Amino acid sequence: MSGVVVRRSARSSRFGAAGLIAVAAVLALLPFVAYESVTSSLVTLFVLVTIASMWNLLAGFGGLVSIGQQAFIGVGAYTVIYLADHGVSPFVAIPLAALTAAVLAVPTSLLAFRLRGDYFAVGMWVIAEVYRLLLSRVDALGGASGRSLEGMAGMDQTLRAAATYWAALAVTVVAVLGCYWLLRGRVGLALTAVRDDEIAARAAGVDVTRAKRIVFLASAAGCGAAGGVLVIDALSVQPNAIFSVQWSAYMIFIVVIGGIGYLEGPILGAIVFFALQELLSDAGTWYLIVLGLIAMASALFMPRGLWGQVIDRTGMRLFPVGYHLERHVGTGRA
Amino acid sequence: MDLLNAVLQGLLLGGLYALFATGLSIMFGVMRIVNLAHGDLAVVASFLALALVTNTFLPLWAVVLVAIPIFSVLGYALQRTLIQRSLGAGPLATLLVTFGLSIVLQNVLLESFSADTRTLEAGSFATSAIELNDTISLSYIGLFGLVAAVVTIVAIQLFVSRTRTGRMMRAASDDPETASVVGASPAHIYGIATAIAFATVALAGLIFSMRSSFDPSIGPSRLLFAFEAVVIGGLGSLWGTLLGGLALGLTQSVVSHYDPASAVLAGHLVFLAVLAFRPQGLIPARAV
Repeated sequence: MSGVVVRRSARSSRFGAAGLIAVAAVLALLPFVAYESVTSSLVTLFVLVTIASMWNLLAGFGGLVSIGQQAFIGVGAYTVIYLADHGVSPFVAIPLAALTAAVLAVPTSLLAFRLRGDYFAVGMWVIAEVYRLLLSRVDALGGASGRSLEGMAGMDQTLRAAATYWAALAVTVVAVLGCYWLLRGRVGLALTAVRDDEIAARAAGVDVTRAKRIVFLASAAGCGAAGGVLVIDALSVQPNAIFSVQWSAYMIFIVVIGGIGYLEGPILGAIVFFALQELLSDAGTWYLIVLGLIAMASALFMPRGLWGQVIDRTGMRLFPVGYHLERHVGTGRA
Repeated sequence: MDLLNAVLQGLLLGGLYALFATGLSIMFGVMRIVNLAHGDLAVVASFLALALVTNTFLPLWAVVLVAIPIFSVLGYALQRTLIQRSLGAGPLATLLVTFGLSIVLQNVLLESFSADTRTLEAGSFATSAIELNDTISLSYIGLFGLVAAVVTIVAIQLFVSRTRTGRMMRAASDDPETASVVGASPAHIYGIATAIAFATVALAGLIFSMRSSFDPSIGPSRLLFAFEAVVIGGLGSLWGTLLGGLALGLTQSVVSHYDPASAVLAGHLVFLAVLAFRPQGLIPARAV
């Protein structure tokens, strides 16, 4: 007799979560052995993985394509600046930056959710511009020219670099595992139903808007934390840079190249993106032209990205959020 | 009196916004997509005109007459190649492809023309104005933008209601599969819609560059103005887009009269207020 067992995890995915923690543990030891230049460029990579994962959560699972997630990166960065002025350690301020971004995401979603599809994407861009223009007017936060972060002056340079690195790593691990946890639960199930057939899902009692709003808040929180890391890394903030649509471009390119709708996609995409950035750093604008062309080609000819190719070739899933059938021969179980 | 001047200038600016937003409105009305490279294409038109004016002996009006058909052909070709393909490649593909195109265009312009701010020398046409009294003068170029917007929208409305191709465009917009059963080729119809949209983008881009200076990076902010005009006016209605453009231009100009630094923000806030209190827009209808 042969039966089919429905499982969530395959052998590769048992490696997934444990593997991620093992990799994170090894990476956590890096400041003790590697040069500061290495850890400092890894901070950039971690931020890219974080924001791309947040964009993937929103677009790949929630179906909400946004070109305005820089709104929450900026809000997070300014939260850290503000709290540091009031004596809070910038590192302690990172989770509070995530919280502030999530809180502001509630009224933002009330407005933005009135637009659908492509119009939601551009509407979010307008909202990000509103956040930028409003914060540029607050003189206490440096106005349009921005200002530097307080509360880091007394810190030893090596310790500061290591602490920034650990903070960036922690934010990334929490962001990736948070997505995994969220999507394996009820929210993930609801979103899968919506993706397959929104009308049928609504008819079956799925609260579509609630599921989308949860994903939107989670994505805002992750971008807020990333913004906090960015300001600690740069030690200053400038509204036009932190609210730049460039961040959205990075998120989109990373996710499209890596594979939209897979949790592994943004990680793989960020590594490829980061490698290209290091490789083509002398090429200036040509780098962005090449990247734009790769993203266009990828969206047209490889809509499931690089990770989609990996799945087609190996069937490997590190972070499965769907279910998986295994044929068992002779076990007698159905 | 100064305020009256701000109102009139706002209406002229709003007319140009409406003309520029028409292309976005058509592409959404017919294909249900937002072309994120819309603003950058207008900047490409500005640089094309700059290159033609400086390197050939063509006068500006001839450059306008050359640029518009070039853009129409470009629009048709782009639709039949990139956009049509992306329509079949999943719901996100059109956004991703046009966003990629936007980044590519911006950086190609940056590479070819540098980041310098440019102006297009439009001669007496750009500097002349009708002087109504000491404080109020309406520039020819401003009036031209508003008139061009109204004429373009009337022409497009006549086209979609009176011609066979126009009626097929409405059919393809409502239901592409059924339209193809009765003999319309959706890809060809979409191509024509994109060609019309690109022609208006070129015209608007040229008028923008005669009114004010430009550089390779201003495309996205113009895209946002066009987008706001479309949403304020009501999705799918060209008269709505005209009204939305006028409302946006008026807001920016009147606020700028009191505090120039707040003009753009005020426009954005009007957009958010419409989303909050009248999400269907000023004229909720479906035209094209």
